[in-house]
Amino acid sequence: MPVDVSAALAYRFEPLEVTVERGRLALFAKATGQTDPVYSDPGAAKAAGHRDLPVPPSFYFSLDLERPDPFRWMADLSIDLDRVLHGEQSFTYHAMAYAGDVLTVQSCLVDVAVKKAGALELLTRKSVVTRATELVAEAVSLIIVRNPEAGR
Amino acid sequence: MTDISSVKVGDILPPLVIDPISRATLALFAGASGDHNPIHIDLDAARSAGVDDVFAQGMLSMAYLGRLLTSWVPQQRLRSWHVRFTAITPVGAEPTCTGRITSITGTRATIELHVTLPDGTVTLAGDAVVDLI
Repeated sequence: MPVDVSAALAYRFEPLEVTVERGRLALFAKATGQTDPVYSDPGAAKAAGHRDLPVPPSFYFSLDLERPDPFRWMADLSIDLDRVLHGEQSFTYHAMAYAGDVLTVQSCLVDVAVKKAGALELLTRKSVVTRATELVAEAVSLIIVRNPEAGR
Repeated sequence: MTDISSVKVGDILPPLVIDPISRATLALFAGASGDHNPIHIDLDAARSAGVDDVFAQGMLSMAYLGRLLTSWVPQQRLRSWHVRFTAITPVGAEPTCTGRITSITGTRATIELHVTLPDGTVTLAGDAVVDLI
């Protein structure tokens, strides 16, 4: 079923408040083979001039996944998770963030493009991360929905 | 951390070679990243989605590229980056992360990024902008 473009662009993601946890960042470091102790040992982080464990560059993608049901927006838009590919990802940084910070994520779909007679739908989702009133980072994801039957 | 005050166009970052990606790594990364999509961790779910096996999360390879960057430049100097996910990373793959300086404007450098498998498959391609000082 094709994505309803106007419904997608109007889709409202509730703002999400996330407290960044040290243990979670240490697990992220472990899972990604990170050997730099700055990312797992608060003492090493402080010795390197950080006030706590830094939020690593790609972890901003994970903040929005802290929702109780992070894929719900796809279900709401009748998108089958099994048909979804992550096509592109970008991050822009304005400030460092650290364990203990309370960050707010505000997401929206900013573009929906239909290619190959509907066989591919490209959704661009932007998430803006703030700490109180300070802009911390922006994350943009290109999500590809494959509808192989539509192109035939 | 590399001394980056004298970098020039064409310089390469020290490559980051990753050990073979195990299923345990995929499970750990699912929990650590918050991406619980079962296609990466549950063989039954992968098969019902029409693939033969689970495969690595794209964001796992992007995190490896993040390690490549932050081992070369302090993270606070990373301004922006962008990647395209160009191929799936199978279980057991041994990705290598590489970066090459493609331009320098003032004190900002652009680094071309790739993640490549031993057979030559490029799984991620992109670029990053960093402050050199």
